[in-house]
Amino acid sequence: MPAVSKGDGMRGLAVFISDIRNCKSKEAEIKRINKELANIRSKFKGDKALDGYSKKKYVCKLLFIFLLGHDIDFGHMEAVNLLSSNKYTEKQIGYLFISVLVNSNSELIRLINNAIKNDLSSRNPTFMCLALHCIANVGSREMAEAFAGEIPRILVAGDTMDSVKQSAALCLLRLYKASPDLVLMGEWTSRVVHLLNDQHMGVVTAAISLITCLSSKNPDEFKTCVSLAVSRLSRIVSSASTDLQDYTYYFVPAPWLSCKLLRLLQCYPPPEDGAVKGRLVECLETILNKAQEPPKSKKVQHSNAKNAILFEAISLIIHYDSEPNLLVRACNQLGQFLQHRETNLRYLALESMCTLASSEFSHEAVKTHIETVINALKTERDVSVRQRAADLLYAMCDRSNAKQIVAEMLSYLETADYSIREEMVLKVAILAEKYAVDYSWYVDTILNLIRIAGDYVSEEVWYRVIQIVINRDDVQGYAAKTVFEALQAPACHENMVKVGGYILGEFGNLIAGDPRSSPLVQFNLLHSKFHLCSVPTRALLLSAYIKFINLFPETKATIQEVLRSDSQIRNSDVELQQRAVEYLKLSSIASTDVLATVLEEMPPFPERESSILAKLKKKKGPGAVSVELEDGKERGELNGGGDRGGDAAIAASNASTPSPSADLLGLRSTAPVSGTTPSAGSLLVDVFSEAGPSATSAGVNDDGFLSSAPPTVASEDPAPPLPESDELLNKFVCKNNGVLFENQLLQIGIKSEYRQNLGRMYLFYGNKTSVQFVSFNTTVSCPGELQSQLNVQTKTVEPLVEGGAQVQQVINIECLTDFIDAPLLNIKFRYGGALQNISLKLPVTINKFFQPTEMAAADFFQRWKQLSQPQQEAQKIFKASHGMDTEVLKAKLLGLGTALLENVDPNPENYVCAGVIQTKAQQVGCLLRLEPNAQAQPGEQMYRLTLRSSKDTVSQRVCDLLAEQF
Amino acid sequence: MRFMLLFSRQGKLRLQKWYTATAERDKKKMVRELMQVVLARKPKMSSFLEWRDLKIVYKRYASLYFCCAVEEQDNELITLEVIHRFVELLDKYFGSVCELDIIFNFEKAYFILDEFLIGGEIQDTSKKSVLKAIEQADLLSPYHTC
Repeated sequence: MPAVSKGDGMRGLAVFISDIRNCKSKEAEIKRINKELANIRSKFKGDKALDGYSKKKYVCKLLFIFLLGHDIDFGHMEAVNLLSSNKYTEKQIGYLFISVLVNSNSELIRLINNAIKNDLSSRNPTFMCLALHCIANVGSREMAEAFAGEIPRILVAGDTMDSVKQSAALCLLRLYKASPDLVLMGEWTSRVVHLLNDQHMGVVTAAISLITCLSSKNPDEFKTCVSLAVSRLSRIVSSASTDLQDYTYYFVPAPWLSCKLLRLLQCYPPPEDGAVKGRLVECLETILNKAQEPPKSKKVQHSNAKNAILFEAISLIIHYDSEPNLLVRACNQLGQFLQHRETNLRYLALESMCTLASSEFSHEAVKTHIETVINALKTERDVSVRQRAADLLYAMCDRSNAKQIVAEMLSYLETADYSIREEMVLKVAILAEKYAVDYSWYVDTILNLIRIAGDYVSEEVWYRVIQIVINRDDVQGYAAKTVFEALQAPACHENMVKVGGYILGEFGNLIAGDPRSSPLVQFNLLHSKFHLCSVPTRALLLSAYIKFINLFPETKATIQEVLRSDSQIRNSDVELQQRAVEYLKLSSIASTDVLATVLEEMPPFPERESSILAKLKKKKGPGAVSVELEDGKERGELNGGGDRGGDAAIAASNASTPSPSADLLGLRSTAPVSGTTPSAGSLLVDVFSEAGPSATSAGVNDDGFLSSAPPTVASEDPAPPLPESDELLNKFVCKNNGVLFENQLLQIGIKSEYRQNLGRMYLFYGNKTSVQFVSFNTTVSCPGELQSQLNVQTKTVEPLVEGGAQVQQVINIECLTDFIDAPLLNIKFRYGGALQNISLKLPVTINKFFQPTEMAAADFFQRWKQLSQPQQEAQKIFKASHGMDTEVLKAKLLGLGTALLENVDPNPENYVCAGVIQTKAQQVGCLLRLEPNAQAQPGEQMYRLTLRSSKDTVSQRVCDLLAEQF
Repeated sequence: MRFMLLFSRQGKLRLQKWYTATAERDKKKMVRELMQVVLARKPKMSSFLEWRDLKIVYKRYASLYFCCAVEEQDNELITLEVIHRFVELLDKYFGSVCELDIIFNFEKAYFILDEFLIGGEIQDTSKKSVLKAIEQADLLSPYHTC
């Protein structure tokens, strides 16, 4: 037994602990404990009243037993009794027991709260502190209910001792975190903020944790803390290393407080006051400068404390993301750390650089370290550091270095730790897709991925490669050739067989000309893998076989024989048996035409966010993939959804025949759903699919509003609409889908559909940051007379948008009568404490309710003449602001919603259109004529646009809207 | 900070402090899992790792591992120095502290920790202030024997 038994040694306790330690086995320990429990129980139940010391000793023993991992079901009452002892150590043990072993026994809680209340009002600072510690340790709702009102008073009272203030501040913080609704700061706010000015550094240190938490939740109420924090920070940073006495830690002045001040500032945007901002920038520069000075001590504590401040300062610089000079300096500093001999610094530098990589100011600077980072991935001995390196490579990847990074990641995968393989696979798959310039590279990469780490390639990854191959006809032949070669390997991963089966089933014909990959060779190759595969893969292969029968009639006999064999047609697995039977029957009775229709090549998949990204987000938690929030343009490019939209529509209607191959992917959700012809603009069509003419313009969204700064209007009222909101509205006159708005924080995408006088709009709010948006709230309003013209209903969205996540909102629109203004969309949320308040015009325009009307020339002119009153006509003559490309013009006119009438106007250069606007009150027939003078010199080209309709307001509005489109 | 654990190289838990409400069963599971992860790490490795959705900061002092779980936005290096300051406080109080001191005087270790951190946040960083609070308490003790 050690001699150390300081303060109030409890000999009995020490003996007991010693006994336990001497137990040779678990059984012996349990025996000894049971003996002790019986002893204590008898003491507590005994007739003789226990003195305080004995009670304390036994309670302490019980606590020890509990902390060893055993259950304790008595002694609570004795512990509560200790709380009212006047002896400090007895009280202390009582509180400790309660803190560790509290349960929600209401009887007990009342007694405990009573004891705490007494201690809080005792004016004995040590007792008060004990009581506050207990409240903080328990932190339950009952405690908050009892004390949340009292503690702020103690905190700001003039006569409270410093040590009690410190405990009170942190106690309040704990209660606020657990039950924010019960802690009302209100009248105390400004006095709490002014604790930042307190003389006592300990009080400031404790109070700032509370203030930071409150500021992040209510930034406006606490915003005066910014200037106070900056001046406090400035005083610390400029103080000599000995000025702060006991608050100097290994020659670093107040490192904890400095870090906390820098953290508090990250709840706010850069200070608006120039003087404050200047002072802060000076502080940040000083901190960066100090990093270059020689260390004042060789102790690791010195460098840790100093660098803790440096990293926190860099976090603030990244948070502001507005000082290019500081960002680049930060990046250089981290670059130095990348090669530091301290593993911890290398780890942190890699981690911190990840966030720098997403800033436009420092992305290029981060990229210069690529070789060092690749080297870290290869040579670091610590898997958590390698993981950081992989994260950073992923974050710094762009078009210019994608091939190098993907190659390095692939080669690392061959030896990577099992724990991070799956994540690496997802990352490679995402980068390969995102930055694919040529698709053969993409296909090679994914097939390599399957070869190297097949077991870690999740379904999403191989689904995705198939989606992309299906959607890109320029890569199909290459894909078929490559999978064919990959399947030659004697042992290839089952995922390779899946991809191979699917792709050869669809596009095997593209390589069938070569006798080395003739249809029969392809089939035999696939079938040689069949028996080694699991049931789902076999099912997929059977579907590939039936597709072969369609592609290559010469294989029919061979394949039918395979299907007919007992191992297929009598397979014990129901799915396989059913497929074999059905495919055999289908191939025997269906005519070639029917077969060709049923087994048609798969239609392109609808454009959507990569399911791999979603998977990575789920795996890494939100935020980890924030850099990946790509803009609509890149996605459109990749899926080929843009230029293949028309085909999709046609093929989708083919797919409506119950095709046995419809579930080949096993991806029911992504298979194009289509019961009606897409041209009807039916709401039944999968809302994600890009059916209809509007698809042509999806993804074309390259105008310069991406760079608009985030509006930071600090008011709770909806902000006025952004100045560019009219322009944004105009972009959507002729299309229904696309990106409505984007800034550094938020991207808003739109998909919409209209039928008759009804519309449905899907808004997708994407959080581009790694930080969650809180109090996220959107409202749609119809200002002025619009209220009686449009009926707009919205579903509310969740108030929390995780970093990197996307939420969807559905808006139903009913057009009651014709209208001019657009509904207003207001979005409010808090990002890192700052209120964001954005208003936009929702692109709902009168033309959305057009039904196209086909008519012959004679009809057209007859109606044109009927609408000859002056107020029925609206006309505009305007300069062409884009080229006069016929196809573009036609697409826009179709996008408007009218029918484009061919062979009507005697002048073939002109365009005429007809449609009916459907509102609840009435239908408004509308005729349109657009006359370009295409022969004129570029720059002189003009249009004359004439609208005639039965209602003057409609003519004028449609004319105005359309004139902005050319 | 979400919690702090002290455990020995043999995987014996010596101190546990939880700063958010956690069910006993979950605590045991987390302790077991985390000890395994940390004890498997080699000396030259970094003091930080990602575990579940938390950042783990740990450091070994002689036979004892000090291990803190902090949140995404918390500063790893300063947490490392929180651990060091706590060790210094123990050392100052016990006079070159060893594992046995913490075993036999576990309640003192908890008291010192409570004077240093409340609800997982630093109450005071000054060694003097923290120890003054503890020593004052010892003076108040009627069984004071030193």
